[in-house]
Amino acid sequence: MIEIKNLSKTFRTTAGTVEALKNISLTVNDGDIYGIIGMSGAGKSTLVRCINMLERPTEGAVLMDGQDLGALTQKELRKVRRDVTMIFQGFNLLMQKTCLRNICFPLELAGVKKEDAKKRAMELLEIVGLPDKAENYPAQLSGGQQQRIAIARALATQPKVLLCDEATSALDPKTTHDILELLKDINEHLGITIIIITHQMSVVEEICNRVAILDGGVVAEEGDVSAVFADPQSDAAKRLVFPDGEEEVVPVHPGERVLRVVFNGAMAAGAPLITQMAMDEKIAANILYASTKCLGDKVYGNMLLGLPEEEETVQRAVKYLTATGNVLVTEVTGNA
Amino acid sequence: MLDKMFTSEAISEALTILKEEMPFALWETTYVTVLATVFAILLGLPLGILLVAGEKDGVLPLPKGVMHVLNVVINLLRSIPFLILMILVFPLTRLIVGTSVGTTASIVPLVIAAFPFVARLVESSLRELNPNIIEMAQSMGASPMQIIVKVMLPESIPSLISNFTIAITTILGYTAMSGIIGGGGLGKIAINYGYYRYKYLVMLIAVIILIVLVQVFQSVGTKLAVKLDRRVKH
Repeated sequence: MIEIKNLSKTFRTTAGTVEALKNISLTVNDGDIYGIIGMSGAGKSTLVRCINMLERPTEGAVLMDGQDLGALTQKELRKVRRDVTMIFQGFNLLMQKTCLRNICFPLELAGVKKEDAKKRAMELLEIVGLPDKAENYPAQLSGGQQQRIAIARALATQPKVLLCDEATSALDPKTTHDILELLKDINEHLGITIIIITHQMSVVEEICNRVAILDGGVVAEEGDVSAVFADPQSDAAKRLVFPDGEEEVVPVHPGERVLRVVFNGAMAAGAPLITQMAMDEKIAANILYASTKCLGDKVYGNMLLGLPEEEETVQRAVKYLTATGNVLVTEVTGNA
Repeated sequence: MLDKMFTSEAISEALTILKEEMPFALWETTYVTVLATVFAILLGLPLGILLVAGEKDGVLPLPKGVMHVLNVVINLLRSIPFLILMILVFPLTRLIVGTSVGTTASIVPLVIAAFPFVARLVESSLRELNPNIIEMAQSMGASPMQIIVKVMLPESIPSLISNFTIAITTILGYTAMSGIIGGGGLGKIAINYGYYRYKYLVMLIAVIILIVLVQVFQSVGTKLAVKLDRRVKH
């Protein structure tokens, strides 16, 4: 378990001091795939570097299984870093070494015998799906393949936690998906906790179970991915979940009543909910805004429905929609 | 001067001199150049590493004062003209070699002149390295020494070879000057026959051989740097 407690980081530059992180508190449980998402400049990269003490926090503490990493000597810290490894946006492979020797690198640092390191590296190449690339140099590989080698290298010392710093930002959507699948696999089969730093909402959607939204150096919102996506509370979260802006709804007709329908993991399979409601209840709802996302076979998101004025109709609609399960309905007063 | 240079008399005389002295001079020049380069690298490489690793944000930060002294000493040695440096280091040469004149003695001033230059070349090679690679090594628990030995140097090999090639060709040029203090080699032949005895043809040939030598060192170095660079897909 990783606990980040009241962590702040201030940089002193010639232009003055910059508060990159302000009073951050987060808990990442064992086995989580924890997403930390934010726009550029939100402090994500600084935060992830504070977790393995590449950046020393100005205030606050990072506890790993109860051990305060800030209190460790350099030597002790180097040992801990074998348990908390990292992959990067730019892969950061050693370009003058073969893939095999890249994967052996952290083992070499740890003083593992050459033969054992090589054996372990071959196993890891198998895990990341590149067993035939052992003697190739990184420059001969595609970006996705290079990241796989970097993942294999990060797994070499059998870490408990894997930090991913924008690990898929330099990759195309298909490759991103493949790499995320691999990370998910590693999380499930090797039981490694994964912390993912990203600015891509799609990454969090695809594999994270928990998310923290970072905005201007503070945690704007934190919780289960499904809850945050279904009903974002903070402005920063809303901006990420509804990048086009929630305000862009169709103007409400005079007298129209507006319902916010929040899908929080409702079963998507075979349920054209709004059409069904029109047929079953004869209520013609006007879809003013919709942003729904499918995660697995479940629906998350948010919809604004315009309904006729009559109280009775609204009551019936609320009843009908809530009956579906995992759907939350609230009436919106004033302009959405 | 030109009209006297290519008379049959001058040509046959030059050929005799070349036949008698050139093989040994060529050997002397190569021997002095290679030895001086090796010693200059032995001194310059660690110094260049310190210049990069010892910085405030380096992997092995050194006190500001130490870095300042290093930089001043290097700049100072690099600003003394070689001709004067050769004379200035006489006492040191005598201490190390036992004499301050002759071919072997000329290695000492060559090394003194070249190692600060090599240090700067090494510094620039190491600075080319992507800093993210060093961060990666730190994140994997590498110690400062491990980062230097296992990351910074191996990753910079192609650049280091290119820069050492520059060093060896520059040192080769300097060896010609050491003819002044009795250092042997092609430079001595060029000066003794061409300058002191007006045998310009001998001088010309010695210079041409020097040019060819520089070309050979340079193309071998460039080929090696390219061949060893694993970033190039081959």
